[in-house]
Amino acid sequence: MMKRLQVFGPGCAKCKQLAEQTEAAARTLGIEYTIEKVTDLAQIMQHGIMMTPALAVDGEIKVVGRVPSAQEIEKLLS
Amino acid sequence: MENMDMEEQGYRDRESGGLERPRIPGRWFSRLGVRSGGMALACGVGWWVVYSQLASFAKWLTYDLLALTSGSHLSSAIEFFIYEVPKVLMLLVLVVFGVGIVRSFFTAERTRAILAGRRESVGNVLAGLLGIVTPFCSCSAVPLFIGFVTTGVPLGVTFSFLIAAPMINEIALVLLFGLFGWKVAALYLSTGLAIAIGAGWVIGRLRLERYVEEWVFQMQMGAGADTSAGLTWPERVRYGKDAVREIVGKVWPYVVLGIAVGAGIHGYVPEGFMARIMGKGHWWSVPLAVAIGIPMYSNAAGIIPVVQALLGKGAALGTVLAFMMAVIGLSLPETIILRKVLKPRLIAVFIGVVGTGILIVGYLFNFIF
Repeated sequence: MMKRLQVFGPGCAKCKQLAEQTEAAARTLGIEYTIEKVTDLAQIMQHGIMMTPALAVDGEIKVVGRVPSAQEIEKLLS
Repeated sequence: MENMDMEEQGYRDRESGGLERPRIPGRWFSRLGVRSGGMALACGVGWWVVYSQLASFAKWLTYDLLALTSGSHLSSAIEFFIYEVPKVLMLLVLVVFGVGIVRSFFTAERTRAILAGRRESVGNVLAGLLGIVTPFCSCSAVPLFIGFVTTGVPLGVTFSFLIAAPMINEIALVLLFGLFGWKVAALYLSTGLAIAIGAGWVIGRLRLERYVEEWVFQMQMGAGADTSAGLTWPERVRYGKDAVREIVGKVWPYVVLGIAVGAGIHGYVPEGFMARIMGKGHWWSVPLAVAIGIPMYSNAAGIIPVVQALLGKGAALGTVLAFMMAVIGLSLPETIILRKVLKPRLIAVFIGVVGTGILIVGYLFNFIF
């Protein structure tokens, strides 16, 4: 099944790091995914996110305000 | 109390020879929790044993192994360096780990829920305290500000939070404690908090809501997920470890550099060198220190070597404290970020009120000490 991944953040260093780690984790797991980088403030707020970066999997927010380890992201995706 | 419980539990585990014991229903800990509790205790004891031996180790290394003569500039500088580097790094690891665990309980969502609809006075105090324990990065200042003010946190209370979060920094606290003792550390903590509470209260009283950009209030704030709920203890411990890896991994060169500067001062530079320009005698030294500090931006670890150099050469405590607070509490990048949501008038009031608070602290300490 296709996973819809969204990384929220205005483009800070940590946001890029989270996006890279998430993609790396998805590739390791060999799942099909789409990844979207949400940089628009209004959209970030609509999701109720106050700390960036944040990660949502299939629309559900899983991580807020930090960059988790690769293993943790893999666990969130599987 | 919890540690005692776990220790006892771990002990009984060993006694029963590792046999599966029936789970006691309703107890909060799991077997995994017991094991990590035991490990935490072992780590704590090991930490303390090493820490308490550092002073004699530094002496032994300097005077026995390197066979330096006691009392010379060189030997006292070397002893200082060998003692302080592991001491401060160990303190840093301990505190950053502890703060990481505490922060796993306080997300921005939870803090906002606590602060929403608070009366101002109580709200300012709470916001200041929560500013210390809530994870914060100035890059999140804008979404945080919008999230707070659109969901019923008063403007002044929001400011108390936004002032306390960068101003009271755990790294600065540990370094001040390690290098200057608990009194200076406690002064920094309590006055930083007082400024955050006071400045937020004043901004709230001034009724400046109209100087927040209008579009802020049109933002639709969605219900956020509180990711802190239901974390297990091993997960919280991992938060702590992540914090250590990230923060200590980043700041240790500054710490070593700072202590090297301190060691140089300790051994060589005569006291009273800075007393002429930044000493108590000059009323203008505090405002000057604040004026220089505001446009400067440095992380807390980077500013401590400077603090150490200034204090070591005889600058007054209040002046140095004011300088440090101006650098880490009021930074140009954060102000530029906040300009997105605040009109220039409110930015000016923010800098003015916080700057005045820092000035008062500077004068107060120069007066007391």
